[in-house]
Amino acid sequence: MGKSEVRLKKCERAIRAALLIQRWYRQYVARLEMRRRCTWNIFQSIEYAGEQDQIKLYNFFDFLMHHFTPASSERSLISHIFRVNEICRDAEWERYFCYESIEVPDSYTGPRLTFPMTFCGVSKVVQAFKHKQQLHARYVLQLLRETWRLLRILTNISHVSTCHTKEITICGDLHGHLEDLLLIFYKNGLPSSEKPYVFNGDFVDRGKNSLEILLILFGFLLVYPNDVHLNRGNHEDHIVNLRYGFTKEVLGKYRVHGKKILNLLQKIFSWLPLATVIDHKVLIVHGGISATTDLNAIARVDRHKYVSALRPPKPTHYAADGCKTQAMGSNHREASGPAEGRRRVCSLTHHSSPPAQRSDLPRRSLHNLPMGSLLSWSVEEELKRRRRLAGFDQSYGELQRSDTESGATAETDEHEWKQIVDVLWSDPMPQNGCIPNEVRGGGCYWGPDVTEEVLGRHNLQLLIRSHECKQDGYEFCHNRRVLTIFSASNYYEMGSNRGAYIRMGPDLVPHFIQYQASQACRELTLRQSVGWTERSALRALREQLFVHKSDLISAFQEFDPNNTGKISLSHWASATESVLKLGLPWRVLRPQLVSSTQYGIVDYQMWIRELSITEPKLQISDTSILETMYKNHSNLETIFRVIDTDHSGSISFEEFRQTWRLLCSHLKTEISDEAIADLAHSIDFNKDGSIDINEFMEAFRLVDLSAHA
Amino acid sequence: MCTRRSERLSTRSTTRPTAPWTSGELVRRQAAQEIGTIIYSLGCFPSQKDLHDFIAKVEEDHTGYIHLDKFLPAMTKVLQEHKFPPISEDLLLQAFEALDKEKKDYLDPEELTKYMTQEGEPFTQEEMEEMLTALADHRNQIHYKDVVSQMTIKPDK
Repeated sequence: MGKSEVRLKKCERAIRAALLIQRWYRQYVARLEMRRRCTWNIFQSIEYAGEQDQIKLYNFFDFLMHHFTPASSERSLISHIFRVNEICRDAEWERYFCYESIEVPDSYTGPRLTFPMTFCGVSKVVQAFKHKQQLHARYVLQLLRETWRLLRILTNISHVSTCHTKEITICGDLHGHLEDLLLIFYKNGLPSSEKPYVFNGDFVDRGKNSLEILLILFGFLLVYPNDVHLNRGNHEDHIVNLRYGFTKEVLGKYRVHGKKILNLLQKIFSWLPLATVIDHKVLIVHGGISATTDLNAIARVDRHKYVSALRPPKPTHYAADGCKTQAMGSNHREASGPAEGRRRVCSLTHHSSPPAQRSDLPRRSLHNLPMGSLLSWSVEEELKRRRRLAGFDQSYGELQRSDTESGATAETDEHEWKQIVDVLWSDPMPQNGCIPNEVRGGGCYWGPDVTEEVLGRHNLQLLIRSHECKQDGYEFCHNRRVLTIFSASNYYEMGSNRGAYIRMGPDLVPHFIQYQASQACRELTLRQSVGWTERSALRALREQLFVHKSDLISAFQEFDPNNTGKISLSHWASATESVLKLGLPWRVLRPQLVSSTQYGIVDYQMWIRELSITEPKLQISDTSILETMYKNHSNLETIFRVIDTDHSGSISFEEFRQTWRLLCSHLKTEISDEAIADLAHSIDFNKDGSIDINEFMEAFRLVDLSAHA
Repeated sequence: MCTRRSERLSTRSTTRPTAPWTSGELVRRQAAQEIGTIIYSLGCFPSQKDLHDFIAKVEEDHTGYIHLDKFLPAMTKVLQEHKFPPISEDLLLQAFEALDKEKKDYLDPEELTKYMTQEGEPFTQEEMEEMLTALADHRNQIHYKDVVSQMTIKPDK
């Protein structure tokens, strides 16, 4: 062979080698991508299942309100949940904000604020938070009062204009991630009249600096009311906050004034504007739209009436003991059919395309929330009239109502409420149509045809929304007519996603800036960050599996009539999905969840045993209580915090017992009083007859000890 | 499959916003990405050309969409015929050795980059950067023997 031929052969070899390596590497990357998407699915399903769970719980409370007799003790317990704020008139609210009596000690090293707020003042606050200082309660209350006063004069929809010297910055969900907000300010500059900002909701919950974010955003709003725009998100809702951490955060940071701060925030949230429109062309809302979204209608509502999406507006009246409660129609109602039998909110257009439900089992959702029949309305109306004649006060929101209003008002309220919930809770979907969002339990899924119709009807060209976490911080859909922007990086886990914000000039073309808060993440290779996030997701998933142990075994046994202890992989997958209902690709996840398979058969008893999660530190003999506790961890905590009306962090034995009885009604299970009493005594760590909520929840937090962790 | 709502696997990627595209070539490139991910994760090792040929067979008339009804039988056939078999560790090692002209048992980033971006079915800059981050050690050398044994994914039982 000649020299040139040898050289040619070597070249060919090299080319073939290169081809091989490229093929191999692309396959490797694709496998990682698949794992990343599975991980994402896991996090997202668990997140949305949690939201749905909470709504089911509140539907249950609502149901109870209409079915319990006045004498029942559960009723007085639940009435806590539906108790409207005792303060109703503006004058009283002004007094409630009273901070003058709060002294700021000399030893306080945090920022001292003067009002009206100045740029200097809010910059000091930002700096203080950067250095992990806490703002004194007095200044917090003062700031909140000024914020409330300002929000009350803002309209439901903020209108913004661009001009050549001013680009607008639009941020999505922050969820208490202070480091992300600080990073945005670092990269983009602080808000000012030259640098307008729109913050699209979900400032609080999940992250640990929700309050700091609120105070910063409110501070800038006060200084630049024409250039800083806040939209309400579905987490700006005190009932949601009970479950997702904001309530806990505030009470933890402000032990003396926390409750007051929370009450004020409840009010302030309801006064947050609902939407922002740029140049009459770009609509910005937190969740999205539905087929019935009407900006003119939204512009007209009394938005502050809708304190929580989980509590549709009802007429209020005074009960015999003089404290305000929501309508207790049931004491006067004769028929006592199930909640579903009453008139429902049914205003979504249904399409023939298959629904987006994850399973076929019926779900309770905000869509099934009973609104009271016409019969009960007229009785309540009568009561209200009589009470007014007798000289009882009206609630603030009811002042506009006249005595001669018919049931039509209830319907108007329903429609208004739906307009607001749709705008705060909806998600886009790829198919045409508009269907109830059963996954979240509120709002709807809307399709590209609805986007076209609604944008067209309002002469808009783009819808910017948030509400859903995106891998790259932003994502287009519906032919680039809908843009999701999400600003909390590493939302699910370190390395799970980037955050992003938008810059937009008069041409209304969005430009994106992406970031990831932690230096460490940015240096991880794809393999490392996928691995890290994946481990975390699998841990969360294994906890879910462990918590549903008995249900899983029952489901497996359906496929195993001869009790061999073994079932096929496909049966394993469908049984697991039927119990957990997370819509996950179980067959794809199987290699990481089940090690004991042979020839496509799973030894399920062994598998369940291998899900080695620690038991709690305490010995509880009744394992069914244990499982109930794990499965309903968040629900339990929510109920506890609701019952703990003075926000002290602990509840009495009696309240504890009532909580369990409530929960058991909701779950339709039985737990004996002795079992509950045993439980109560064993977790009374201080032996003082009361139960510390945080300690209780900690004692029953699951810890994954498996080899994979 | 992970798609949770639609049975039609769209070859229009919704996760990577790019300039508005009209040319068929761009459609096919995006289709290759999504379909490629699926085929690869089923344990197959097609080349880019293999992927393009496969997509051409299952795509619905240049719409950019691929229907599950067409994809499933074609994919099943691929799996049954072992059409794109995995690359063994030995073969992979030989390939790296072929590129290691000086026989030093490692590659410099420049060497690897030259081959990956100029020969065969070239990498994009993004792919190249990611590969270097993944494979290069603290001395900025690619010790392929270690890499291959660490990164070869064992087939599922």
